[in-house]
Amino acid sequence: MSILINNETKLVVQGITGKEGAFHTQQMVEYGTQIVAGVTPGKGGQIDDNGIPIFNTLESAVTETGANASVIFVPPPFAADACLEAIDAGVDLIICITEGIPTMDMVPVKDALDNSHTRMIGPNCPGIITPGECKIGIMPGFIHKPHGNVGVISRSGTLTYEAVHQLTEQGIGQSTCIGIGGDPIIGTTFIDLLSLFKDDPHTEGVVMIGEIGGSAEEEAAQWMQNNNFDKSVVAFIAGQTAPPGRRMGHAGAIIAGGKGTAADKMTSLRNAGITVCDSPAEIGKTMANSLQSKMTV
Amino acid sequence: MKIHEYQGKELFRNAGVTVPNGYPAFSVDEAMEAYQKLNTEKVVVKAQIHAGGRGKGGGVKLANGTEEVQKYVNDIFGMNLITHQTGPEGKNVQRLLIEEASDIARELYAGIVLDRSSGKFVFMVSSEGGVEIEKIAAESPEKIIKEWIEPNEDLKQFQARKLAFALGLSGVQIKHAVKTFLSLWKVFKFYDCSLMEINPLVVTQSDEVIALDSKINFDDNALFRHKDIQEMRDLSEEEPSEVEADSYNLNYIKLDGNVGCMVNGAGLAMGTMDIIKLYGGEPANFLDVGGVANAETVAHGFKIILSDPNVKSILINIFGGIVRCDRVAQGVIDALAQVKVTIPVIIRLEGTNAIEARNLLKNAEHDFIVASSLADAAEKAVKATGEDI
Repeated sequence: MSILINNETKLVVQGITGKEGAFHTQQMVEYGTQIVAGVTPGKGGQIDDNGIPIFNTLESAVTETGANASVIFVPPPFAADACLEAIDAGVDLIICITEGIPTMDMVPVKDALDNSHTRMIGPNCPGIITPGECKIGIMPGFIHKPHGNVGVISRSGTLTYEAVHQLTEQGIGQSTCIGIGGDPIIGTTFIDLLSLFKDDPHTEGVVMIGEIGGSAEEEAAQWMQNNNFDKSVVAFIAGQTAPPGRRMGHAGAIIAGGKGTAADKMTSLRNAGITVCDSPAEIGKTMANSLQSKMTV
Repeated sequence: MKIHEYQGKELFRNAGVTVPNGYPAFSVDEAMEAYQKLNTEKVVVKAQIHAGGRGKGGGVKLANGTEEVQKYVNDIFGMNLITHQTGPEGKNVQRLLIEEASDIARELYAGIVLDRSSGKFVFMVSSEGGVEIEKIAAESPEKIIKEWIEPNEDLKQFQARKLAFALGLSGVQIKHAVKTFLSLWKVFKFYDCSLMEINPLVVTQSDEVIALDSKINFDDNALFRHKDIQEMRDLSEEEPSEVEADSYNLNYIKLDGNVGCMVNGAGLAMGTMDIIKLYGGEPANFLDVGGVANAETVAHGFKIILSDPNVKSILINIFGGIVRCDRVAQGVIDALAQVKVTIPVIIRLEGTNAIEARNLLKNAEHDFIVASSLADAAEKAVKATGEDI
């Protein structure tokens, strides 16, 4: 079982003829993702190297192919508009990979999402994968172990791969792994996904990877406590050694006015009864122990 | 990106926000010329650096008459100004702002930031001007009054009025404050700011509302559409190695430790810093080499890391996903042919083609320390700071 995507997901790629878009379309097709259409304005009517039909507008792509998810590989100045186009076309799920979208452009996108049925993952994220079924994004597929019982939610990219790799090494498969993105405004939060995992009977544990900046981890901790989230949760917060006031790579990873420190987030999570790893090398092992102890109880 | 107070005030002035008359000065002579031009007795001599707390550090002085102005200009220009935000090493003052003194009746605070939880910008004011807003937020949050700006809309007249009345302003002060608030939001939105603070925003004896200070940060992701703002960048305010890294499109932040690190991805880079600390070391930097860790980017990375004399070992941590580890390993080997590295280099490569990569490193001329896991890498890198090769 999984959340959000599976082998029935029909994907359209926005920006399919760009360098990144074309490369990752190929990678996703090889993984087995059902890609039914691509969009590049002005190139409608063409067919890409994988035989995928290209449309001028997302609306026509959705109408003609029945696509229900869209992945965005559009350059930053135009990416917010691509998000709005996908919301307007009524897809259920948007995955926005693009890094570097101005915050001022994302505010209206967030508002449009709030007033629609569409969910968006990202921006500035590696995407989402249900191992063995569907990969939407730029993550390496082979590190994942299909049909597993642990979900992964992360604000990072390569650190997510690190965590997934550790789980796989422990023999723990993953149900669905989601990179929610490193920007200050993102479409889907920890809480949104924890609530989906809560209702997924096959997910027994969740790895949560946060980082400095904002208060999403604190809010998630509170939510888990209030909602009796009884699955195994293992968390890691990156940036324990990050200096205040500096943006650590991700636009959203900054300790501002003394708020958003790793220490505060770790304390909030621990106070909510969540297991927090000090070391990023211990995530897999800690989850293995946590699942084991649950079984013996 | 940050700009100086005088640059921010220029943006304010152009948008109709009242600021004191004043001129920037890049030398002592220019400062005295500015004083003559202002043609007034009482002025404020203000050090222009990208850090708060300048007043407490002795970088802001009220001066009356030519003699006093000359004295303070001499004192402040070229001084090493230490504030709580500059760190103990301080910052050399090379720019001044000379401006007319104001008759202050009240000191207020105004600011605009992003509220990440709601995904909206929020306009904040407080009657406690001149004090650090973080302190007010912690000690008496009820003294901060907020109005959220709706997406696709602007700060509304009625919202600005609400803020003005909440500050206890009256009569003509209300009109001036409303105009100021609306204009500040316009500047914020037009220039894609990420943070704006006016502390203090003052009400004068003659009921004017004046921005006595300006602190503006810009959204780096939006600078592509603001060439005029890019031109305001003052590279002397930034760490030279960070400026150099930026020119290679590398994301580098200098820290105080002795274990250098080179990582692909921002989250993993932070995680690598953290694990170095857990093994008893101190990270010397944050460095994200991004998705393409080829010979060129790795060579640049080495140069930047080695420009810091404190670095005693270098930990390379790459998780190869789409980027193949053997390519990265070859990149590291090729980079070491270009850059002379005499301190231990610890490499941990995981992911696509990791085994091929390890073999490449083992057979290479350079004496690498190859680590088998993230924990092993951190342990070896910290241990290696005490060794020479």
